Amino acid sequence: MKAKNQRLILAVFAAVAVVGAGLLAVSGLQEEAAFFYAPGDVEEQGLPGDRAVRLGGMVKEKSIRQDADGVTVHFIVEDGKAEVPVSFKGIVPDLFKENSGVVAEGKFQPNGLFVADNLLAKHDERYMPPELAGKMHKTNSLTQ
Amino acid sequence: MIAELGLGLLWLAAGLAVLQFFLGAIALRMKGRPDLGLAIQPVAVAQGLLAGLSFFALIYLFIVSDMSVKLVAANSHSEKPLLYKISGAWGNHEGSMLLWVTILSVAGGAIALVERRIREDTLIATLMAQGLTALGFYAFLLFSSNPFERLNPAPPEGNGLNPLLQDPGLAFHPPTLYLGYVGLSVAFSFAVGALLTRDVGPAFARAMRPWVLGAWAFLTIGITAGSYWAYYELGWGGWWFWDPVENASLMPWLAATALLHSVTVLATRDSLRAWTVMLAVVAFSMSMVGTFLVRSGILTSVHAFAVDPERGSFILALLLLYIGGALALFAFRISTVREGAQFDPVSREAALVLNNLLLTVILGVVLIGTLYPIVAQAMGQQISIGPPYFNPAAGSVALLLILAMAAGPLLRWRRDGFALLVRRLAVPVALGLGVLISVRVAAPDIGTLSWLGLTTAAVAGAASIAPLWRRSLKRTPLFTWGMVVAHFGVAVALAGMAADTAFMKERLVAVAEGGEADVGPFNVRLKAVTPVIGPNWTALEARIEARRGDSPPVVLRPQARHYMDPPTETSEAAITTLIDGQLYVVLGKVNEDGRWQLRLWWKPWVTLIWFGGILIALGGILALVGRLWRERRLPTRDDQ
Repeated sequence: MKAKNQRLILAVFAAVAVVGAGLLAVSGLQEEAAFFYAPGDVEEQGLPGDRAVRLGGMVKEKSIRQDADGVTVHFIVEDGKAEVPVSFKGIVPDLFKENSGVVAEGKFQPNGLFVADNLLAKHDERYMPPELAGKMHKTNSLTQ
Repeated sequence: MIAELGLGLLWLAAGLAVLQFFLGAIALRMKGRPDLGLAIQPVAVAQGLLAGLSFFALIYLFIVSDMSVKLVAANSHSEKPLLYKISGAWGNHEGSMLLWVTILSVAGGAIALVERRIREDTLIATLMAQGLTALGFYAFLLFSSNPFERLNPAPPEGNGLNPLLQDPGLAFHPPTLYLGYVGLSVAFSFAVGALLTRDVGPAFARAMRPWVLGAWAFLTIGITAGSYWAYYELGWGGWWFWDPVENASLMPWLAATALLHSVTVLATRDSLRAWTVMLAVVAFSMSMVGTFLVRSGILTSVHAFAVDPERGSFILALLLLYIGGALALFAFRISTVREGAQFDPVSREAALVLNNLLLTVILGVVLIGTLYPIVAQAMGQQISIGPPYFNPAAGSVALLLILAMAAGPLLRWRRDGFALLVRRLAVPVALGLGVLISVRVAAPDIGTLSWLGLTTAAVAGAASIAPLWRRSLKRTPLFTWGMVVAHFGVAVALAGMAADTAFMKERLVAVAEGGEADVGPFNVRLKAVTPVIGPNWTALEARIEARRGDSPPVVLRPQARHYMDPPTETSEAAITTLIDGQLYVVLGKVNEDGRWQLRLWWKPWVTLIWFGGILIALGGILALVGRLWRERRLPTRDDQ
């Protein structure tokens, strides 16, 4: 193999690796990117099907109730436009409460129930998930 | 007074960085003036000293709790333990950037002091590049993140430090990662210097290698510690979340791993010249991307202190300037870098090229997955990317990479035979097949990545110690030991990850005091829940007895803590480490009927993950010491 060739071959391999990484990433992103939904979006756009999404909004007043097993909770997330029932099995975050912001990660069932496998609530006084901050702002300005 | 002194020292250091850059530039232009070039070394040393003193001034202000300094008032509290007062100095945006630039300048000073092997003009060009890099970050500190800003009037008491950060392990997490990030800046400066003086060759690679090894070992320690911190502090039972902040430390590590291997090819065989220079640029670029992600306030997490768009744009501008400049220099100069030595498709070099390519693919996948949500958000689309994307995409390539890692060290430099390689790999592959068959028979329903991972770990573990086979262990060089230990560590960590993913048992239960539950082989009994008081928190503490078979019970005490200042709720998991795994218990809420929520995990062999990480870092340190020892008698510039 001549000197020039080897460098060329290596450069081609490097390009193939970069392009390969890009293709791998794009195909993965199409299937696995979790889109953010507010209850109003679900109303407008319909259910997103069997894929992981994030649902964000406010926990509706007096909607939290617990199953007999002591670890499954049901509640309703609202954004002023629509409501979505959510069920979650797990320990809820400390700042999860009624009339407070929440982001749930999980999937919609065909009947419209959102089964969450993770809940994110306001972490401390200063923290709010960025998506939620945006949506809340929108919601507030709509209700005013 | 001390605050003004610290600020003055910082301005002086910045001034010296300017001088360092211009001295270097002039010396490179005027070849006949060696005195100009030699002056750059004391300037670099002085700049490092001044930056270091400035950083000590900040630490002093935190120790004496000088609340008239804005940064101290915002992040410290006079009642805090001394360790957290000191670590508070870098537990915030301004202080951590000062630490960043201090390490950068001290590293520059260290090159000026100890580097005696590369050509003089290359050394000058390297110090010039290091000065220019430091200059950007001085400007960032002085113009948009002054750590010494005064507050008038001074408040009587400070705000305190985020309780999540009040942890001894975490006090040293940022300095460790920064040593890694900034160590890569030295590799970057060497690469720029060698491109400027057309001196890309084995001598340059040998000068760069210890810095890469050191930076890589520190990054490994930082990532391992960060992973364990997230594991026990967050109480979610996981050890890697593909959080953008974790990825910010993983990406430079991936690039540094590739660089570490290609720099060895360049030092030993004088191949992969252009490649190594490119990787050095990419590795430091990833450090800066990491700093940008963490420090710009784009991400919301315990790491993102600043939510100031001006700062974000400043770091982004620096990033584009340095990366763009280096890439442009690369494009202009690379045709003048001559082709290195040749090698066959089956050779140690080829295996290391494969290593580099696969690492590049993983790096690309992680980079795109980390940046995509940010780009999408800028275009009004809100998405998040998590384990369902990263695990299969990065995991599958990582398994291939680890198989290549098993084969690489068993190949000879330059040329080898495929049949010979197959023969050398026979024992590891047989062992892997044995593991594969027993896992598929004993646990047929575990995930694909898990059983592939266990098999790969067995092959790689056996193959990693094969280079020592039939060798006199005493006469094996230290750097070979380093490679063996690090590669074995990769296999150990992989075994831990795969075993935990495959065999982990999780239970979520609500039990009354005196009640019990089973998780995996354990019977867990909730004895009592009592209030306890700590130095700056109160908590509810559960006493839990866990029993496996007839063995004596172990007691676990998970807590739900309430910190007073600032008011924060945290959950302190209780973890018992046994030889074959960890039992992990989190105390949740109390229900209206008086039952307590408990989250229980039995995580077999999970500790191997962090033992593996420690072995990898130890391997890096052994290799570093071994290389320095071996090269101590090579001729220096002064001998010639």
